[in-house]
Amino acid sequence: MTVDKEMKILVVDDYKTMIRIIRNLLKQLGFHNVEEATDGSSALTKLRDGSFKLCISDWNMEPMTGFQLLKEVRADSKLSDLPFIMVTAESKTENVVAAKQAGVNNYIVKPFNAATLKAKLVGVIGDF
Amino acid sequence: MVRQAIDPELVARLDEVGNQMKDGVDTEQVRAVLEEMLSTMSGNIGGADPRMMEELEELSSFIEATKAEIAAIRPKEIPDEHIPEATDELDAVIEATEVATNSIMEAAEMIEAVAEGVSDEQADILSQAITQIYEACSFQDITGQRIHKVVGALKEIEQKVETVVEKFGPDRETREELKRKRQAEKDAVEGADGEINEEDLLQGPQMAEVANSQDEIDALLADMG
Repeated sequence: MTVDKEMKILVVDDYKTMIRIIRNLLKQLGFHNVEEATDGSSALTKLRDGSFKLCISDWNMEPMTGFQLLKEVRADSKLSDLPFIMVTAESKTENVVAAKQAGVNNYIVKPFNAATLKAKLVGVIGDF
Repeated sequence: MVRQAIDPELVARLDEVGNQMKDGVDTEQVRAVLEEMLSTMSGNIGGADPRMMEELEELSSFIEATKAEIAAIRPKEIPDEHIPEATDELDAVIEATEVATNSIMEAAEMIEAVAEGVSDEQADILSQAITQIYEACSFQDITGQRIHKVVGALKEIEQKVETVVEKFGPDRETREELKRKRQAEKDAVEGADGEINEEDLLQGPQMAEVANSQDEIDALLADMG
């Protein structure tokens, strides 16, 4: 199965700089159709309104965290299958376990490099 | 009820002490404890048991001495000045690194755009270098989060110190007096022979709202001839 590089991707992070970094790294990997949100609530609204094929989200945000966003996504019948990657500095085992139990598809710990991002993307959406 | 059993003069003194310490400690609690203590005694405690009176006065002196010691280390400066200054400095660090990171990324994006017009081999080299820049820029997010944690911890300390000062620190009048004294000391040092203590000059980077711009410094130097 080939990966559609025109797929719409939502990047969620309260640090604009991090959004910019992920956006640029995705661009280098050939993904140009990237939108952004700076907290869980606005991300959820965007996800419900748009036809996103992947969500890459930070965990530690206010008022809605990435973890709450993940749970909302999995509870929404229209979004429940959406590939979801958590990109966060929260590296404790209990975080990873909780995210996995909530239905995350992959988990990237900050700081990360382009190779890690690519490897996790391949693991979630297939080789490209 | 209990008060009726106590010497009226002592009651008057307790009222007086209570009024004096209103800002420093929970006076009702102190009063309740003392009244409870006194209610357990019998007879005229002023005349019949001078030892008890003596001990109470020693206790009172000890409390006063402790309050004076706490006042001397100026604990109110911690929540009023030191911690707010520290948190402001840390916020400035976050802001400065964010500005610098965005500037680095802008430069990398410009190079990336130019790289599209060079040979494949050169484009690959540039692409790898740019990727490294993007990866390295993520330090800002991590340091920002760490600094936020430190700011949170400092605010927690600030609250706890505030509580301790409210309970055991000097009363408002004493604090005002100490503040005036300190300002007078500072004025005296700065005023003596027109010399300024060099320590006062070594303040490190200034916050943006109080820092002089290069233009302001140039103007100042020009004014001074």
